[in-house]
Amino acid sequence: MQRSTVNIAGCEIEVHEEGSGAPLLYLHPGGGFRPTDAFIPLLAAKRRLICPSHPGFGRSALPDWIDSVDDLAHIYLELMDHYGIAKTDILGASIGGWITAEMATKAPERFSKIVFAGAVGVKTGPADKLDIPDIFVMSPADVPKIMFHDPSKFPFDPSKFTDEELSIQVRNRETLALYVWEPYMHNPKLPHRLQRIKAPTLFLRGGSDGLVSAAYMDAYAKLVPGAKTLTIPEAGHGPHQEQPQAFAKAVLDFLG
Amino acid sequence: MQAWHFSETAYPYLPPADSYPSIRVSLPNKNYDPQKGAALYDRYLEEWQIADEEGLEIMLNEHHQTATCVDPAAPLMLAALARLTKRARLLILGNPIANRRQPIRVAEEMALIDVLSKGRLEAGFVRGVPYEISPANSNPVRMNERFWEALDLICKAWQNHDGPFSHEGRFFHHRNINIWPRQWQDPHPPVWVSTTSTSGAYEVGAHGFIQATFLTGWDITRKIFDSYRKGWREAGRGQDIPNHRLAYAALVYVGETEKEAHEGAEKLLWYVTANKVAPQYANPPGYVPVAANVAMMRGGEHPLSAFAKGASVEAAIRGGFMFAGTPEQVYQQFKRHNDYVGGYGHILNMGQAGFLEHEDTVKGIRNFARHVYPRLKEDFPHSRISGQPSDLPGEPPEKYMLYSSSTVKMERNVGGQLGSAGAR
Repeated sequence: MQRSTVNIAGCEIEVHEEGSGAPLLYLHPGGGFRPTDAFIPLLAAKRRLICPSHPGFGRSALPDWIDSVDDLAHIYLELMDHYGIAKTDILGASIGGWITAEMATKAPERFSKIVFAGAVGVKTGPADKLDIPDIFVMSPADVPKIMFHDPSKFPFDPSKFTDEELSIQVRNRETLALYVWEPYMHNPKLPHRLQRIKAPTLFLRGGSDGLVSAAYMDAYAKLVPGAKTLTIPEAGHGPHQEQPQAFAKAVLDFLG
Repeated sequence: MQAWHFSETAYPYLPPADSYPSIRVSLPNKNYDPQKGAALYDRYLEEWQIADEEGLEIMLNEHHQTATCVDPAAPLMLAALARLTKRARLLILGNPIANRRQPIRVAEEMALIDVLSKGRLEAGFVRGVPYEISPANSNPVRMNERFWEALDLICKAWQNHDGPFSHEGRFFHHRNINIWPRQWQDPHPPVWVSTTSTSGAYEVGAHGFIQATFLTGWDITRKIFDSYRKGWREAGRGQDIPNHRLAYAALVYVGETEKEAHEGAEKLLWYVTANKVAPQYANPPGYVPVAANVAMMRGGEHPLSAFAKGASVEAAIRGGFMFAGTPEQVYQQFKRHNDYVGGYGHILNMGQAGFLEHEDTVKGIRNFARHVYPRLKEDFPHSRISGQPSDLPGEPPEKYMLYSSSTVKMERNVGGQLGSAGAR
């Protein structure tokens, strides 16, 4: 386990590395990267896991010029250059899935296998209905209900966190808003680019995910040639958190 | 001293507050009756006309998707006022330019009104309250940066008279800026900015614009004004800050008797108590700094929110949010506030809210204009310098407090619950 800071395009990025073997780039969801999540050692048991915190998340910097998922995709392609990784497997969760999609459409040749977990990034439904519910105007009490299969297992108690930890959580949410505000949670161009992806691809979601619906995942997956889908039961938007064993198994089984 | 009559042109005829989660953003407009709304516009405009006749200046503002302020396009109302009034300065406070996509369009609107009113425009700019974010679909992150780029560009557009120039900035792009009409006032209308943060006030001071702050009580107002004065001085504008660079907005009601004043003042509290806003609209991500959000997670509360829970005229006066009473009481309350915060030259009178009916609103305007304002102009001329906060406590001595007749005895012994508003 190792935490380091690398400078990409003038942006200091915090990177957590764990395990050995073939590299697996993990791009975290909007809540940020948590090294204590149970699925991390399960994946690291088989692979060299590389987990950057997106600019503005965790302890990564956020230069003025960065404000889009597209920026992040370019930064992470350069991060792969930095590590000398010509080609890798990649796992992206939620907004991390969106970044993954942007990377894979820019440089499809650099990815061997791709796993999207509860990925956002496209718009597939009608104009008068948000594909992804607006978490920023939802009552704070309702957010856990759509995020988790069993919200009672994930109570939020600020007294359990240090000021620095709370600051990171607040900043993560702020940075998430910066990236996904408009168009909300998607890039309208992405559906016209996803056909470039040639790597075997798996879309998975939690069966109780209230953000990414089954219809949304299916429509997203149809845009990627040959993509498979999988639903992990008794999990919400973070199957990696709620069902770490099933999640890690699904990912590793697919990556082989 | 210049005093400004301010109304939010609210639509108060709403179902019980416990039947809806938020008066802003999500309240359906099936609750709005256009016929009642038209009658309200008529009376609010008339009240501004009366303020004009009484020698007060005029202020209005803009909010969106809310019953608290049914003026989603303030420049339109301002255009009507430019024609309906004769004398008053016309302050729009303000244009929410962090939420407007085209600063140049705003520069044009303001220039038109300045010409239409023959130079009576006072052009105010605001970052916008958090509940404006959703209606504008505006990114709550980096609003300050957008605000200042837009304002600098607007000022530049006003001062350019030699044909097109271009702007390729961080947030705004215009290839051809060449506004018509050219505004009446030279080099441009007075610029106002409202902010309730010290960092914002510093920036406003550095620019030398007029700084307004709303309902920030004693200590927060003093801190904001201190920060403005620091910004002013450090930008090399000199040691002395004229008091007319600073403005304070309070709920203001003057009665001929204490009883009359108390009845009017109580109705003004609607402005604070009716502002029921769901938390997700009140604090979008990025709107306040990270540290302020952490403090809120730890249970911190803004003094105004704390006040709203047990709002009373007494607590509002003690908190420095309200000046109300007989002419003498209002004068003394105002004087203490002005001295405590180091001096300001504009009082923005929130003189109408909710169910304060037309007749009572007019009474309040006239009592203020005739019995308080002359003394304020005399004792707080614009030649005064702002910068020496008084050592005296801000809270008025008992004889200048206003109590409802039924609570006078008890309250005079017990004192108020709120005291001075603490720093956020």
